[in-house]
Amino acid sequence: MEMLSKKATCKSHGQDSSYFLGWQEYEKNPFNEDTNPLGIIQMGLAENQLSFDLLESWLARNPDATMFGSNGGSIFKELALFQDYHGLQTFKTELVEFMAEIRRNKVRFDPQKLVLTAGATSANETLMFCLAEPGEAFLIPTPYYPGFDRDLKWRTGVKIVPIHCSSLNGFRITKAALDEAYDEALKLNLRVKGVFITNPSNPLGTTMNQDEFNHVISFAVSKNIHIVSDEIYAGTVFDSSKFTSIIEAIMDRTLEKTDIWSRIHVVSSLSKDLGLPGFRIGMIYSNNETLIAAATKMSSFGLVSSQTQYLLSKLLGDKKFTRHYIQENQRRLKKRQQVLVSGLQSYGIPCLKSNAGLFCWVDMRNLLSSNAFEAEMELWKKILYEVGLNISPGSSCHCTEPGWFRVCFANMSQETLNLSIHRLQAFVTSNGDGNYQNQKLSTRISRRNSLVVS
Amino acid sequence: MGVEFEQQPSVELSKVAVSDTHGEDSPYFAGWKAYDEDPYDESRNPSGVIQMGLAENQVSFDLLEEYLEKHSEAASFGNKISSFRENALFQDYHGLQSFRKAMASFMEQIRGGRAKFDPDRVVITAGATAANELVTFILANPGDALLVPTPYYPGFDRDLRWRTGVNIVPVHCDSSNNFQITIQALEAAYADAVSKNIKVRGVLITNPSNPLGATIQRSVLEDILDFVISKNIHLVSDEIYSGSAFFSGEFVSIAEVLEARNYQDSERVHIVYSLSKDLGLPGFRVGTIYSYNDKVVTTARRMSSFTLISSQTQQLLASMLSDKDFTEKYIRINRERLKNRYHMIIDGLRNRGIECLEGNAGLFCWMNLSPLLKERKKESELALWKSILYEVKLNISPGSSCHCSEPGWFRVCFANMTERTLEIALQRIHDFMEIKKENDVQQQ
Repeated sequence: MEMLSKKATCKSHGQDSSYFLGWQEYEKNPFNEDTNPLGIIQMGLAENQLSFDLLESWLARNPDATMFGSNGGSIFKELALFQDYHGLQTFKTELVEFMAEIRRNKVRFDPQKLVLTAGATSANETLMFCLAEPGEAFLIPTPYYPGFDRDLKWRTGVKIVPIHCSSLNGFRITKAALDEAYDEALKLNLRVKGVFITNPSNPLGTTMNQDEFNHVISFAVSKNIHIVSDEIYAGTVFDSSKFTSIIEAIMDRTLEKTDIWSRIHVVSSLSKDLGLPGFRIGMIYSNNETLIAAATKMSSFGLVSSQTQYLLSKLLGDKKFTRHYIQENQRRLKKRQQVLVSGLQSYGIPCLKSNAGLFCWVDMRNLLSSNAFEAEMELWKKILYEVGLNISPGSSCHCTEPGWFRVCFANMSQETLNLSIHRLQAFVTSNGDGNYQNQKLSTRISRRNSLVVS
Repeated sequence: MGVEFEQQPSVELSKVAVSDTHGEDSPYFAGWKAYDEDPYDESRNPSGVIQMGLAENQVSFDLLEEYLEKHSEAASFGNKISSFRENALFQDYHGLQSFRKAMASFMEQIRGGRAKFDPDRVVITAGATAANELVTFILANPGDALLVPTPYYPGFDRDLRWRTGVNIVPVHCDSSNNFQITIQALEAAYADAVSKNIKVRGVLITNPSNPLGATIQRSVLEDILDFVISKNIHLVSDEIYSGSAFFSGEFVSIAEVLEARNYQDSERVHIVYSLSKDLGLPGFRVGTIYSYNDKVVTTARRMSSFTLISSQTQQLLASMLSDKDFTEKYIRINRERLKNRYHMIIDGLRNRGIECLEGNAGLFCWMNLSPLLKERKKESELALWKSILYEVKLNISPGSSCHCSEPGWFRVCFANMTERTLEIALQRIHDFMEIKKENDVQQQ
């Protein structure tokens, strides 16, 4: 039998987690309004499908962006040969302006300090390779994106030590939680290299507040460690004025001329804001020259296609378009979120108050048979197989309290969202007994008559 | 037992981040620097440095451009705007099925139909650079080794070793038998690793070879396969130059050898391919790993999350490569043009008294300047290289950068420029050789 490496045979790829299992079940029986109306509705995928029409109409008006320039185009050859890991200058220039626009221009970015990577998945891993040795640790607030277990740890050998956040204060990061996590790392003989925050948060859908910034920044300063801020959801904030980038937070505290400035690293991507996960456009931004130099070379292992860089440089270069897109996209996301929140609320299922993201953090604790993760798994399976919704259980996000679920709302049509709310409502009212099956049937039959208009 | 860690005044980056295994601090980068500072341009800078160190294929762009003009929908998401949405959302690490099918069929066409490829075994990666690193992560643990025949592509030092922590143990080849890989050389390398307590995980060959510009003979492939079987290790065959073999029949893929053996022992074989050389599209980042081992395919697919190909690019290439008329024509004409370029440079060099290794593939020739060396030493080779760089103003790659154990050989690229530029390069070499002859005469 062939021997493969430890990395190949271990479980750090994380694919045995419920996050991926739910996905697999969905693939076996995917909902389709016409061909499979009883199928599983995918609510475990944080995709933004709400604003494609805006992109499509831009493309229709600007065919040259994909056609390699029909006007004397030697652009094809130029692009085909362009594999410089510094990236296409025009693209980077437009990209940093777009990032600034999302941050209300409170922060300006220098394209020379930007490294392009094949998605934020690649950016996050690259940062770990650059900031930590195998066996060293990063502290991450729970609950967190399940993919981090693979992205940050698998090939890098870096460890994650959780910063436990609790529903008692809305899952906000506290000084006590940071200290506790650090002590835990010491007990495990792990050297802590940094704190990794996601802002806006996945799965919470909340933006970091000033208290949290105070705690995280003081902590990183006093421990002399890095802060990585994954800001891929920055463009999904319903109200721009409520989002503060880590860079702005540092500047607000007049710390730009101090040590910490070169230990702040931002990750971003166009997968969530623009809804283009297939195009693999990620980036690392940092004021640390050594880091940028190393990460740039490492990006050789995951460069962005020059064809795609070119298309996006044209799209993002249209400022009128981007400004309109950002606003309209936010408006639609907010509206969608309200549909889900109010729909669940009306049947006694509360959501964490959120102001960003493509999902809600839903409190289903009162549906658990007991306050235990086994009960959460039981509930998750019922919702997956009986109700036909693939949602993400809090345990897959390392939440310390059972009963919370991440439910996505932006990767489906309005009708499908309404149907999923109905299915859940039916489940709740039936209390999970035999009546449920009949409810589900009548829901399908009367679906077209009883759609809630929001 | 708790250990206290002292936090230094400024927290460092990782060892990987600050190491020089990326290879960019090597003396050969002086070549890139000299070119960047004074790049040749036919009209604007005719006395500048000519770049002959970059293995790019620029001889067949017109064929691609012609295709794109005739099939503009391939690049523009077709006439159905809704396919943009589907494409933009597609981040499945299996890759677009249409793309995998097209890649598999293209690889079959390159091999004249002598090997079959299953699209479900095609794993996508952003370029062969990523594919080679990924395969290394899967096959070897930090501290283990891959055996790599010399001379080899300098980038391997970074791609196979940097982040993986894996070692390269060289399998020395020399001109006594045209640099062919021998069993003795493989055994010697293996023994060398064992003596250093290093666990060998596999052999990585490049076929056709970079920098030799020659295909590996079938009998040698059989020997290599038998060797890896006997040691119970893996074989990675980097076949990124397969489409640039001048005569289709002369390139034998390891896939053909496996097929002839009825796929016995195939689960230890993995092929790396890319469109960067054959189609001249390095900017689009299109690489693949093709493995006969199910576990490797599954694991590689998961790992490819870190290095997926843009779905926009997959779509374009799926269209292009599934057009069998186009690919047949492209493969044929591309081979022909590369062959002509090769003969042009070989004949041109021979007329100036310079011999090259007999090649039959690739975008470069392996030039023998050892008669010009003062001493058969690396230092002399470097000195000669510098004078060619700064006096003749040609950036070529010295054999030592490819870990060649025999000084005096140089890799010279010929497909990344116009014919006119190649003529000028040959003229410069002619002048250089004339001056050398005079100097030698004077010294006598």
